[in-house]
Amino acid sequence: MTRLERNDRLIRLGLLMIAFSAVSILIVITLFIFSEGTPIMFKYGPGRFLFGLDWYPSEKAFGLLPMIVGSFFVTAGALLVGVPMGLACAIVLTQFASKRVGRILKPVIELLAGIPSVVYGFIGIVVIVPLIRENLGGPGLSVLAASLVLGVMILPTVISISIDAFQAVPPTYREGSIALGATVWQTIRMVMFPAARSGIVAAVILGMGRAIGETMAVIMIAGNAAAIPGSPLAPVRTLTSNIALEMGYASGEHREALFATGVILFVIIMALNILANWTSARRKR
Amino acid sequence: MTTPIIEVKTLSLWYGKFQALKDVTIDVEINRITALIGPSGCGKSTFLRTLNRMNDLIEGVRITGTVLFQGRAIYAKGTDLLDLRQNVGMVFQRPNPFPISVADNVTYGLRVHGITDRTVRDERLQRSLEAVHLWSELKDGLNRNALALSSEQQQRLCIARLIAVEPEVLLMDEPCSALDPIATARIEELMAELKKLYTIVIVTHNMQQAARVSDTTGYFLLGELIEVGPTPQVFTAPRDSRTEDYITGRFG
Ligand SMILES: Nc1ncnc2c1ncn2[C@@H]1O[C@H](COP(=O)(O)OP(=O)(O)OP(=O)(O)O)[C@@H](O)[C@H]1O
Ligand SMILES: [Mg+2]
Repeated sequence: MTRLERNDRLIRLGLLMIAFSAVSILIVITLFIFSEGTPIMFKYGPGRFLFGLDWYPSEKAFGLLPMIVGSFFVTAGALLVGVPMGLACAIVLTQFASKRVGRILKPVIELLAGIPSVVYGFIGIVVIVPLIRENLGGPGLSVLAASLVLGVMILPTVISISIDAFQAVPPTYREGSIALGATVWQTIRMVMFPAARSGIVAAVILGMGRAIGETMAVIMIAGNAAAIPGSPLAPVRTLTSNIALEMGYASGEHREALFATGVILFVIIMALNILANWTSARRKR
Repeated sequence: MTTPIIEVKTLSLWYGKFQALKDVTIDVEINRITALIGPSGCGKSTFLRTLNRMNDLIEGVRITGTVLFQGRAIYAKGTDLLDLRQNVGMVFQRPNPFPISVADNVTYGLRVHGITDRTVRDERLQRSLEAVHLWSELKDGLNRNALALSSEQQQRLCIARLIAVEPEVLLMDEPCSALDPIATARIEELMAELKKLYTIVIVTHNMQQAARVSDTTGYFLLGELIEVGPTPQVFTAPRDSRTEDYITGRFG
């Protein structure tokens, strides 16, 4: 073996170790969350966590259902706002492609992705929340406020992935449709959407993952009441907010219950990622 | 001598600053096959796409001159593009069926043009597939995804998809270039049948194909239509020496 060859092997070994340590950090984190969070779930029975309605950790009431439902509502609301907007942007950018519009829209979308979530939360507090309170009633800090802000926050994810999905559709489909006398909109609806469907599904799922995981902005504008919201104008607490709000001072079983919250969140997000990978793998075939 | 269905007069086209067509004048006669030949990049596809205004999809295209379809100027203001493209349909070089079922592919144009009556649809579906000799093969597989068909079947399906909307003219841009010789021969037979009902303009790289199938041949070179005439004359007694160079293989 020459010196160069030996060097090569050393470098490869070094890179491999670094890569492996990244993977092992992930494994350690996962193990840690599960080892901290699952014992208490099995001590009191997972049903009490998953379906309990009351969250009074000091009195051993660990019901996470309001937070699970809360995360679900806020995420669904964010999708309702973000997916139509995101798809509209992707369609404008890929299908009506006037270069000038693209030159304006693209950087704006990239900028949206770069804004820290505190800033979104802040805008939510000073703009959205008062608007809701004064025009629609309620405290303003609400499912609606969180949905609107999260809807904008997931836009970059939804847009960039659905742009990829539309761009992956062979241009010949579009030509073939137009050549049959279809309008651009008919072409989009009847050919582009079916052809890009799995990619669009992946965009929605990843947007969903982003919405579920978002914490800071949600804490600032959702109101954080640990009860199932009765209307879009009612305050709500999500799984992520639950952890972030209380981890600072929790101890003992309270702290373990927050880890249990983390376990539930982890499972949901893993499931979403697997689903997204599965749909995009299907797309490649 | 029959009447022309398409009359092109001094048509020029620019992609930005590049002039791809120069003063092209040609009549396309009804129920005839007109073949366009010429070396790569000479503007055959570009010309074909001007006949149903497919170049409108490309940014920066500028066109002068006139194209009359059934006596009407298609580049005039207020032209109904959807109607034009229904009447002047196009088959592409690579078969491009949509990734939906065979039946949905054929009825696509009908749905696009608002024909929703089931019996009409089913009848056109069968008639169009019969016209391209796919019916017996596919009548039990109408719900199969069109992408699962062979290339030849896909190209036939694309022709059926056009026929379903009852066009007048079929534009074909090298429709056989993705097919093997046997499939090519069968598509050529199909064209000979179709010309009874439709007018066909075909772009081809294959001079034998032009000679075999067409009634009229036009030779393009660097954006100019050098010569156009009855196919036997163009191939046996070309008037222009440049055409002669090309068809005798002395080109380039
Ligand atoms: N969208 C476009 N933008 C700019 N130039 C183009 C565009 N499409 C074609 N051209 C140019 O116009 C000329 C004619 O192209 P066209 O595709 O019509 O040729 P063709 O005769 O069909 O060639 P081939 O036999 O290779 O298909 C070529 O020089 C080509 O580079
Ligand atoms: Mg071409």
